[in-house]
Amino acid sequence: MNTMLFALRLGLLRGWAEFRQTLTILSELGSYLLNSVIFVAVLLFMDGNEMENTALFGTGITQATLAMPGVLATMLVFGGIVSMAQLLSTDREDGTLLRAKALPRGTQGYLVGKVVSVSLITLLSMLVILVPAVLLIDGFQFTVQGSLTLLWVTALGLLATLPAGAILGSLFTNPRAIVGVLVLLLMGLMMVSGIFFPISMLPEWLHWVAQVFPIYWLGLGMRSGLLPDTAVVEEIGESWRTLETVGVLGAWALVGLLLAPIVLRRMARRESGSSLEERRHKAMQRIG
Amino acid sequence: MAEAPHHVTASPAPGSADQPVIEVHDLRMRYGSTDVLKGVTFRAERGEVLALLGPNGAGKTTTIEILEGFRMRSAGQVNVLGSDPAHGDERWRARLGVVLQSWRDHGKWRVAELLEHFGRYYRPYSTAEISRPRGTAELLDIVGLAEHANKQVRTLSGGQRRRLDVAIGIVGRPELLFLDEPTAGFDPEARRDFHDLVHRLADLEDTTVLLTTHDLDEAEKLADRILILAGGRIVADGSADQLSRQVSRKTEIRWTRGGQRFVHSADDGTAFVRELFAQYGEEIGDLEVRRATLEDVYMAMVHRHESGVAGDDEPGFGGENR
Repeated sequence: MNTMLFALRLGLLRGWAEFRQTLTILSELGSYLLNSVIFVAVLLFMDGNEMENTALFGTGITQATLAMPGVLATMLVFGGIVSMAQLLSTDREDGTLLRAKALPRGTQGYLVGKVVSVSLITLLSMLVILVPAVLLIDGFQFTVQGSLTLLWVTALGLLATLPAGAILGSLFTNPRAIVGVLVLLLMGLMMVSGIFFPISMLPEWLHWVAQVFPIYWLGLGMRSGLLPDTAVVEEIGESWRTLETVGVLGAWALVGLLLAPIVLRRMARRESGSSLEERRHKAMQRIG
Repeated sequence: MAEAPHHVTASPAPGSADQPVIEVHDLRMRYGSTDVLKGVTFRAERGEVLALLGPNGAGKTTTIEILEGFRMRSAGQVNVLGSDPAHGDERWRARLGVVLQSWRDHGKWRVAELLEHFGRYYRPYSTAEISRPRGTAELLDIVGLAEHANKQVRTLSGGQRRRLDVAIGIVGRPELLFLDEPTAGFDPEARRDFHDLVHRLADLEDTTVLLTTHDLDEAEKLADRILILAGGRIVADGSADQLSRQVSRKTEIRWTRGGQRFVHSADDGTAFVRELFAQYGEEIGDLEVRRATLEDVYMAMVHRHESGVAGDDEPGFGGENR
């Protein structure tokens, strides 16, 4: 029996258990879904606002229609990068990871579990936006092909973001600092990535900044799956650029999957009772 | 997900014969320019309970972490269950139990659910002699958490959490168990239960136990052999009794006669007491015969090393009594 496969299965069980725990603990669930609920409120508030001064004026695509796919992309990045980094660094601080390390194949089981539970929570946070949005907001176009596009963009998006989140979570030891810095960075990227308004309204040099990061491409991919083709006029090059989307997200995934094992192994190797004790002291000083 | 029992075909486990379970020779550890361990040497046989004592900062935790494979050593030979911990594989890891000091990890898990989950990791390493893991019901019973099985870990009291730590440490039916200050925060009853558990593991399952503690009374009760770590070396190695003989061969005898208290220090306590009764018989009251306690030994050994009397290059007392 391949014990690696066995660890994979334990990880799936672990991830499912963690996900279930999150669902059954109300405060926990609330903190994860709060962002989604806020975004739904914002979208409903924007609903009916025409896309004035753009080529989309009068096409039936409102500000809310255009923003919703981008909000899905934002939730995916929040989950895949911020939650992943935060949870990993919290688990190091409180000894969860050390406990896993003391088990045979425990570190692998732990990591698979984390990927599974974070993915499930992220998908849930996206569904909480998607379902009310398609029911209450007009202007989307639903096709089989579009749904498939949503699926592969989401899957590739998780592959592109989770390893990056894991790397960030391993490099920084203070979970509170990680969240603060990453949320600020992400907010900034959201502004320049054409999430709430077309990227064509921004100066061109910002296009280049946005196109380095997955959030822009995830937004583009989601829009290509949910909006009618008429909406493409406000995109860069007036194209959904599917190949480029696969390329950039694929590159993030590839680099992340190559680097993450190295960084994670180094981080896990350093876990010990005394390093845990040190962090506990520091955390206690912050709290007390 | 159903799990078929599958086994990693285990070649006879190395170290299971008459080889010592732990063998440490000239272990050194240096942090920056500070030498924490300056040549630690000791061994542990199968089924032995060893207590590692020493002042704070003496390197007890460092030593344990090196043996657990959680920390790389600077120099020296270390063999744990037939492997070098620095290169121990997963099968080796499955034969160890580590009791960690928990803080707030796995707070959302329920007690039984967590033990069940951790137990699964050991299933591929079950052998004909040692069936792994230990059943959850049995574990809960052993550590006295049966009535809390469905509680969330974060709702447990400090003492209950410690019991859970111990349960997690033995879920894989380890051949070697590491306990770093296991009873810190235990009330007297929990402490006694814990002592019974350690005896049970060592006597019935032949588990080798290495524990660190600051409680000398505990060390004396639990350990077959006591190691005192001071100044980066093992300065004493032996049973409580052997150690007290090393420090002082004299026995202190106290008694009362005719309303008066007497204290006498004798080389041969038994002979002195026999003499005493022969001379005064019934007149003797409140008799106390006391050899140097472990505390006396500990204080003497640690003081000797901290004040540098023993000198830096002297090998200390380690091994003299074997």
